[in-house]
Formats: sequence, C-alpha cells, structure tokens
Amino acid sequence: MSTQEHVEEHVHRDDIRSRMGMWLFLFSELLLFGGLFLIYSVYRFMHPHAFSIASKEMNTFFGTMNTIILLTSSLTMALAIAAIQRGKKILSICLQITTILFGAAFMVNKFLEWSAEFREGNFPGSAVLQSKPQGQILYFGLYYSMVGLHGIHVLVGMTVIAFMLRFTIKGVINKDNYVKLEAAGLYWHLVDIIWIFLFPLFYLIT
Amino acid sequence: MSSDTLAISHNGHSPSYLEYEGKHKGIWAWLLSTDHKRIGILYLIAIISFFAVGVTLGFLIRLELLTPQGTIVGPQAYNEFFTLHGVIMIFIVVIPVIPAVFGNFFLPIMLGAKDVAFPRLNLLSWYLYITGGTLILLSIILPGGAADTGWTFYIPYSVRTGTNMIFTLSAVFILGFSSILTGLNFLTTIHRMRAPGMGWFKMPLFAWSLYATSWIQVIVTPIVGITLLMVVVERVFHVGIFDPTLGGDPLLFQHMFWMYSHPAVYIIIVPAMGVISEIIPVFSQRTIFGYKFIAFSSLAIALFGSLVWGHHMFATGMSNTSEFVFSLLTFLVAIPSAIKVFNWTATLYKGSIKLEAPLLYSLAFIFLFSIGGLTGVIQGALNVDIYLTDTYFIVGHIHYVVFGGTGIALFAALHYWLPKMFGRMYNKKVAKFAFWNIFIGFNITYFPFFILGWMGMPRRSYHYLPQFQLYHVISTVGSWILVIGLFTMLFNLLMSLVRGKKVTENNIWGGETLEWQIQTPPTTENFEDIPNIIDGPYEYKQNELTTVEEEVN
Repeated sequence: MSTQEHVEEHVHRDDIRSRMGMWLFLFSELLLFGGLFLIYSVYRFMHPHAFSIASKEMNTFFGTMNTIILLTSSLTMALAIAAIQRGKKILSICLQITTILFGAAFMVNKFLEWSAEFREGNFPGSAVLQSKPQGQILYFGLYYSMVGLHGIHVLVGMTVIAFMLRFTIKGVINKDNYVKLEAAGLYWHLVDIIWIFLFPLFYLIT
Repeated sequence: MSSDTLAISHNGHSPSYLEYEGKHKGIWAWLLSTDHKRIGILYLIAIISFFAVGVTLGFLIRLELLTPQGTIVGPQAYNEFFTLHGVIMIFIVVIPVIPAVFGNFFLPIMLGAKDVAFPRLNLLSWYLYITGGTLILLSIILPGGAADTGWTFYIPYSVRTGTNMIFTLSAVFILGFSSILTGLNFLTTIHRMRAPGMGWFKMPLFAWSLYATSWIQVIVTPIVGITLLMVVVERVFHVGIFDPTLGGDPLLFQHMFWMYSHPAVYIIIVPAMGVISEIIPVFSQRTIFGYKFIAFSSLAIALFGSLVWGHHMFATGMSNTSEFVFSLLTFLVAIPSAIKVFNWTATLYKGSIKLEAPLLYSLAFIFLFSIGGLTGVIQGALNVDIYLTDTYFIVGHIHYVVFGGTGIALFAALHYWLPKMFGRMYNKKVAKFAFWNIFIGFNITYFPFFILGWMGMPRRSYHYLPQFQLYHVISTVGSWILVIGLFTMLFNLLMSLVRGKKVTENNIWGGETLEWQIQTPPTTENFEDIPNIIDGPYEYKQNELTTVEEEVN
C-alpha cells in the first residue's frame, strides 16, 4: 500500500465531474454579482431621477466599444475550444492569445474611461461627488463597485487563459483532454454575460 | 450495509492514513496532503483551537455580567468580547465544523469513494479557512482593537467604528469563500462519486444532510460575501453603498445580511441533524424510522430556510404583507425539523438501546434542540416578537439551537467517530461524567436567558438593572459547571489519543454504514477495491421487535 502513488493518481478522469464543479462555481459567482444587482435595483427604485441624471454623464462610446471587444473575445474563446477539439493546436493557441489581447484592450479602455471620470471629479470621496444629491453618490458608488469587481474578473479570466495557453503549448490540453480549456471558456463567458447586464444598466437606461 | 467486495478487502492490517508516507515528510505530509482524512484532521485541530478561544470569551462575558455594573472589564472591551465570541463561534466554529471535519473525513468513505471530487480544492479551502481565522486573530492583536459591532455588523456601526473592522469583514468574506468551495466539492462528490449500486436512497442520512447543506452554502454564501465586501469598499474608498450619510439604506444591509445569515443557521444545524440520524439507529440497533422523510426534510429545511430571513427584522417596520409572509414561512420551517425529531424518537422506540456517550449526547441534542426550536417558533409570531426583539430571549434561543444543537451534535460526533479516526478509545466513564456536567451546566447557564428576556433584559448590554442580577448570577455559576464539563470532555478525548485503549476491530459500535466496514484507522485509499453496494445503510436485524409482536399475537 505505502509503495503506491497517492490517491489522486488513482482517481479516473471524469470530465462531467469537472464540468459540474465549474458550473457550481459559476453559479456562486452569479449570485455574488446578483447581490450587487439587487442593491442596484433597490436604489434605482428609491432614486429613479438621480440615477437617470447620473447615467447621462456616462460615456456611452467607451461602454459600446468595450461591449464589442468583450463579445468578440467570447467568440475567439469559443473558437479556441472548437479548434482544440479538432486537433488544430496552433490555431487554438492563436485564438487564446487573441482572447487575452481583447481582454487587455478591454482593461485599457476601462482605464481611459475611469481616468476621464476622475478628471471630472466623479470618484468616491471627492468634493465634486459629495456635493451631488445622494442618489447620484449611490449611482457612482455602485458604478465603481460593480464595474470594478467585473474588471477584477476580467483580469482573473486573462490569467486563467494565460495558464491554459501554457498547458496547450505543453500539450497537457489536447484533442482528447480539453476540459480545462472548456472550464476557462465557461468562466470567460460568465465575465462576458455579466458585462452584457452591466452595460445597459449603467450606460443605456436613462 | 453489506457489499460483496468488502469481505476480502480487510484481511490483513495495512498501514493507516496516519502512518502513510507520501512524497512530503514531517509536518508537510499533513500541511500539503490532499487526503480528505488528513484535511479533516487539520480542520479538527484548527476548529477545536478556535472553539477554546470562543469558550474563553463566553466565560469572560458571563463573569463580567456577575454584577450590574462593571466587574472585570470596561464597556469597550465588553463590546469586543461579545462581538469576537459571536464571530468566532459562528463563522469559524459552528458553520464549518461538522461538514469540514466529519464531512471531509467520512463523506467519501460513506459513499464508497477514495477521496472527494476535487482533493486539491479541498486543501485550498482549508488554507482559506486558516487565512480567515488568522485575520480575526490579527484584528485582536493590532492597534485599533477587535470589532465591537456585534457579529451582525449592522450599519452604521460597521462603517463608523474605529476598530479593525476591515480585518474582521475580510475574514468573514474569505471564510465564506472557503465554505463555498467545500460545498461545491461535496455536491460534486455526492453526484459523481457514489460507489456502484449506491442509489440516492441508499446513501446514509449524513450524506443527505451534507447534500442539503452544501446547496445552501453555494447559494447563499456569495450574498453575504458581496455585502461584507461592499462594507469594506465603503470603509476604504468612501464609496456610498450602505452609509446613510451618503444616501445608503442600512435596512438594505440588514436584509442582505440575513438573506445569508438565516440560511446559515441551517448550514449550522442540518449537518448536526445528519450526525444524530447516524448515531440513533446504531445505538438502538434499529432501522431509521422514515428514511425518506428525514432525507427530504433536509431539503425542505434548505428551501424554506432560505425564505425566512425577514423574521430577524420584524421590529424595523417592514410592510404588513412581508411581515405576514415571513411569519408564515417561519412557522412552516418548523415542520421539517419536527418531522426529524419524531422520526428519531420513533427509531428509539423498542430498540435495543446502548446508553453510550454518543447516544447520550444525541438525546441531549433532541431535548435541547426542541427547546431551542420551539422558542424560535414563539418569536415567529409577529406581536410576541416585537416584545422580545433584542432581549435575552433571543440570546437564549440562539444558544439552545446553535450550542445545544450543533455544539452538542459535535460532541456526539467526536465520541462516535474519534475512535474510528484514530484507533483509540476514550475513557467511557469520564465521558459520561463530562456529559452530565455539560448537560446540567448548559441548562443552568442558558435557561435563565429566557426568563431574563421575558422580563425585558436587553441583549449586548454592559450595565443592567439590579432586579436581573439573580438570574445573571445563576447563569454565571452554570457557566462554570459547563466549562468544567467541556474541559473534562476535551481532556478525556485528547488523552485517549495518547493513552487510550487501542481499537483494532472495524466495527466498534455495530454500525451498518460503510465507514464501519473498513479498517480502523482507515487506510489512505479507504477501500482496496471500490465496494459494490447491495443493501440500504440501516439494515439492522429487527428480531427484538418481531418477537415482541409475535408474543403479543
């Protein structure tokens, strides 16, 4: 018994198990953001007018650009999985790199947008924001919290895909064993879906 | 539970998981182990240590309340004491304890698996747990002092106080993350790793209770996580979310806090019920009465329990409609708990009862949990609750449910499974002596709370009116008996690991679930060959019952 390898090596591969774990994790992530969406809806209900005024100050150009970037990155991620399933390793690697680059573009865009907001003084604790009505303070509080938390998820997603890229190059992820890449893809789509809800809530509805 | 491959799997005595030598040596063989049994032990050590800290704080709180004015500490220290006592006992001890220790150790064995679904994730959640616990300890040591808001972190206290709130809140966030990962791991384990032949209704009831608990953990923990994270963000960046001076709504915080923290009560109690459902059939040698009712009542508790959080806020001025709905659901959630109590007592009926320590604790559980549960129902009534809100009645209720429920079930589980885990038997006489100390001390300590609450004594109060002193003195004396009992029990169990009589037989108590069919202590692999399950988990010979019935006929 003691000469045998540890338990882990004995457990047979079970892709359904891995997918189930990932889906449960995504489920808890959805509820994490769900809490924020709940706070948003309560405050929007309490301060409809202030939310409307504050959302007009948002730069819809940045928001729209980021939506396009993130949606396209979801496509490249899905294609990367499809490519590895068909054994096209090089193509999959290229598509994963593209996805990471799109993620980076999203973050750069976000940085530019936030810099503009900060120049206008619309940041938490600033004198400009404090002088505004309470509903608008809440709006910007939620904007920075929700978009900020989403941004952290984009960074985490990029890191995860970077690891997947390494696994793909080393051949750990291959035509027959791509469940890790699939899980990373699921996570990336979650990041995408959350943005799809954040975008109209902060930029479009006035 | 019988199976066709088990008989050959334990002929010789193989090295146990305690003696196993992997690629890591010394302490790292434990700290880097992904073996679910070793991780369970790591949790056990950590949780019992924190439990000792929590008990000490509780003991000091009782000592402080011996006189109506200050006794041993000032008001600020007192606030920190009851906050720390609540935070440590709830988030660090009772929420994780049964799933993390006994769930980790026995769930895979009970299902006939070699480990949980994600062993490395399991180790990660232990490290997250330790990080959370360390942050709490840091909040005590660092200048600024420990949180003093009460364990509920109500706004505006938690955005105003100058204490190390950020540490405490981040700690609870991280502990929640650890809890989610454990829940996710167990759910996947139960879905995917049951041995061949083990259908859903051949699972032991402990596994069922962990299944229901894991769902609550995965569903509600993110809500409190994000809520407390927002308070941290609010304190660090002055973002307006809950702070009323920035337009925030403190009641929204309360809703979001209880949306988690009420279901958390069921994260605490449902695994405890699972433990009791395991012990009672073994020590009465009878099939559990109403297996499916017990299994489904766990799920019903998980479902209804997630929809009753508003009953913590009846005094805050909710709409009449929501008050009515929350009150109704609160009454409904008592039904599945009562179903379990009736099933346990029905199982005992005409059983061949062995009054060992695990059964004594289980009977105490039924008794204390019934008092705790029924006093909860009293507070579910709207008008009574307005009178009782924030009095000692609620403090009595929470201690009867959480300590009388999960705490006592933890002791039952320790006396039931520890000999299996370590292969050493504790001193049974000392165990019974400790039990009676704990049981009597518990009631003397906490029963006066109901009377005090009914008289109007407010909770978390440093000073109190002289007419309350008699009951406070009784309670404090009770706490001394209780602490002596707890100390005796823990000392007895600890000594048994060093000097206890060696246990070599597989089945110490005559249980039918899978953990009693394998070697004591188990091998790293649990099973040499994955067993093939044929019968249900509680197939006892019911000869006594049939002979009695035949005689009657």
